[in-house]
Amino acid sequence: MTMSEPLSVIAPDGATNGYDPGLSEAELLHCYRTMLRVRAFDEICLKLQRSGRIGFSIPNLGIEGTQVGAASAFEKSDWLFPSYRDFGMALYHGITPLEMMHNMYGNAQDTAKGRQMPVHFSFDKPIRFVSISSPIGTHIPQAVGAAYASKLRGEDTVMLASFGDGGTSSLGFHSGLNFAGVWKAPVVFLCQNNGWAISCPVEEQTSSDGFAIKAEAYGMPGVVVDGNDVLAVRKTMLEAVERARSGGGPTLVECKTFRMGGHSTSDDPSRYVPAEQREEWEKKDPVLRFERFLEASGMWKAKDKEPMYSEALDEMSAAASEAEAVPKPGLESIFTDVYAELPPHLRRQGQELFELGKRKGDAAAGDGEFPL
Amino acid sequence: MANLTLLQALNDGMKTAMRQDDSVVLFGEDVGLRGGVFLTTEGIQQEFGSERCFDTPLSEDGIVGAAIGMAMNGLRPIAEIQFQDFIFPGFDQIVSEAAKLRYRSGSQYTCPLVIRTPYGGGIRGGLYHSQSGEAYFCHTAGLKVVIPSTPHDAKGLLIASIEDPDPVLFLEPKALYRSVKGEVPEGHYTVDLTTIREVRPGKDVTVFCYGAMVPIAAKAAEQAAEKGIEVNVLDLRTLLPLDEDGVLEYAKRTGRVVVVHEAPRFCGFGGEISAIIAENAIEYMEAPIARVTGFDTPFPNTLEHHYLPDDRRVLDAIEHVHAF
Ligand SMILES: Cc1ncc(C[n+]2csc(CCOP(=O)(O)OP(=O)(O)O)c2C)c(N)n1
Ligand SMILES: [Mg+2]
Repeated sequence: MTMSEPLSVIAPDGATNGYDPGLSEAELLHCYRTMLRVRAFDEICLKLQRSGRIGFSIPNLGIEGTQVGAASAFEKSDWLFPSYRDFGMALYHGITPLEMMHNMYGNAQDTAKGRQMPVHFSFDKPIRFVSISSPIGTHIPQAVGAAYASKLRGEDTVMLASFGDGGTSSLGFHSGLNFAGVWKAPVVFLCQNNGWAISCPVEEQTSSDGFAIKAEAYGMPGVVVDGNDVLAVRKTMLEAVERARSGGGPTLVECKTFRMGGHSTSDDPSRYVPAEQREEWEKKDPVLRFERFLEASGMWKAKDKEPMYSEALDEMSAAASEAEAVPKPGLESIFTDVYAELPPHLRRQGQELFELGKRKGDAAAGDGEFPL
Repeated sequence: MANLTLLQALNDGMKTAMRQDDSVVLFGEDVGLRGGVFLTTEGIQQEFGSERCFDTPLSEDGIVGAAIGMAMNGLRPIAEIQFQDFIFPGFDQIVSEAAKLRYRSGSQYTCPLVIRTPYGGGIRGGLYHSQSGEAYFCHTAGLKVVIPSTPHDAKGLLIASIEDPDPVLFLEPKALYRSVKGEVPEGHYTVDLTTIREVRPGKDVTVFCYGAMVPIAAKAAEQAAEKGIEVNVLDLRTLLPLDEDGVLEYAKRTGRVVVVHEAPRFCGFGGEISAIIAENAIEYMEAPIARVTGFDTPFPNTLEHHYLPDDRRVLDAIEHVHAF
């Protein structure tokens, strides 16, 4: 089942060779707009980080096609186990920029109450976008377990486990795929091969011919797809999701794409990414590729882009301003959510912190009793 | 002598060891061309080539396991784990293998390796780029656990760790990478493992600390001095094996002890220090032993400055045991 030539759908002239993505014009434009919004979120976050308003961000430039194409294959009742570079999937499914910005600022309204680093989102509606963990690969077997649970209850929920090329070297990747193969679990593994794991190129990660081929050894189909072709990603992911939903078990999909930005806002990719490689991928920009399709289908004109993008920028800036005005989480948030119930030793530690603040006249400590 | 940051001193230490001994190799994620995410290994691949300094696949289990095999077979590996928070896939290799190889083979097979990894808070890294996991490792017989706090010690302890016949977990206080500077001798020298460094003399209160808490304890001691309390600040440097005699000696001198670490309190290293003193020198104690530590919660992000012990909290404990 493994193919080493990546599947693509959108030809250079925008034609799709008869492939019908099965999406209305409004849905296709939603895909496009989401790609622009990912870019706008990136741009605004970079500015906020550079001006010291937020600490950190993870650029998604260049991988919008993979994210949106993949997200479009899932229903709201499905679960996404994302990596830290997947917020396009959240935006696609209707999570608002404001909810995301609360996390970027780590404020009191952040779902994680400012405990996590920026971009480590957690959402449970309108889709399960499962709390992101930094340790690479840990979520992969978890997605398999969640898929098994659904299968056991006779539900038709499908799980997505999304990770990078680097993630395929983790223990979680290998045990996750192995378990999924044995259990025929309704899960889709999405390997976003974006060329790099921080400064390590894919050749340092594996000597196999790409990553999809690894599926064979775990007893499941492996497919390689052009990750900058949003429709090809959608097509492949939809097939994999349908296979999972109908009891056919897991699939490993490898999207070949490229991380156009740094690993994070703390990284300078010019230290290690060869300029020619970057230039070559710039020509394969997933947004431009999709525009050719939309234009050829008469849904979009070049003049539409500028207003749509500035609308997206405005949306992201407005969300950032609103999140910036929200206060920091209260001191008690250090101690809550550790357990369902606050145990006595944590109550005591919280109380001590609160009292020390009062004694030393620290305004941030508040002026009441430890509220728990 | 050169005036170096702690990070530069580590870099110098690795280069010195690699110049001295061809069997020293260095590897991990992003340590080659990129020079590590903190640039600790900058310039090493350029000087020693990609056979002695190289990137690995993204697997801490693989990194530590391979280091063990290399060490068994004549190399002196320095394995970098990008953040201590990510060491856990390699935990099995460290705890079950590296630490027990000598014991289970009657010293037929040994494991002279160093695992270097940045630990601790202060960089707004949230749950997974801030942890201080030394206690997990100090519970492991066969392993050595070393934490420097000055550039001089960073280089000398690192070279000593590389030359040590047993596996060493070398925890680097990332908050101090660039914030402390000091004189570092050129060329080869070592700082003995299992020796305590006296940071500051003082007859009233004894403060035991290590890593990024050392400058904080020193600052609190400074403030205490202004209030007429003379604080003896001690940098433990090697947590395992610990200089227990040294701990007791310093504890007895003042009879008033504070232990400071940023790791959580429960089952933390401070508990061990307290127990050693309670078992062997309780009759010298003038006050209950106080611990200033991180809370027994995961490490927060926005409020990390409240989680981390600061000079305020340390001073408060010093005053408390002094007034007792
Ligand atoms: C277990 C573990 N080891 C190391 C890291 C540090 N780290 C964060 S991202 C990353 C590279 C990941 O590359 P890849 O899986 O290709 O994903 P990408 O960033 O390219 O999307 C590394 C090494 C980590 N987060 N977890
Ligand atoms: Mg990658």
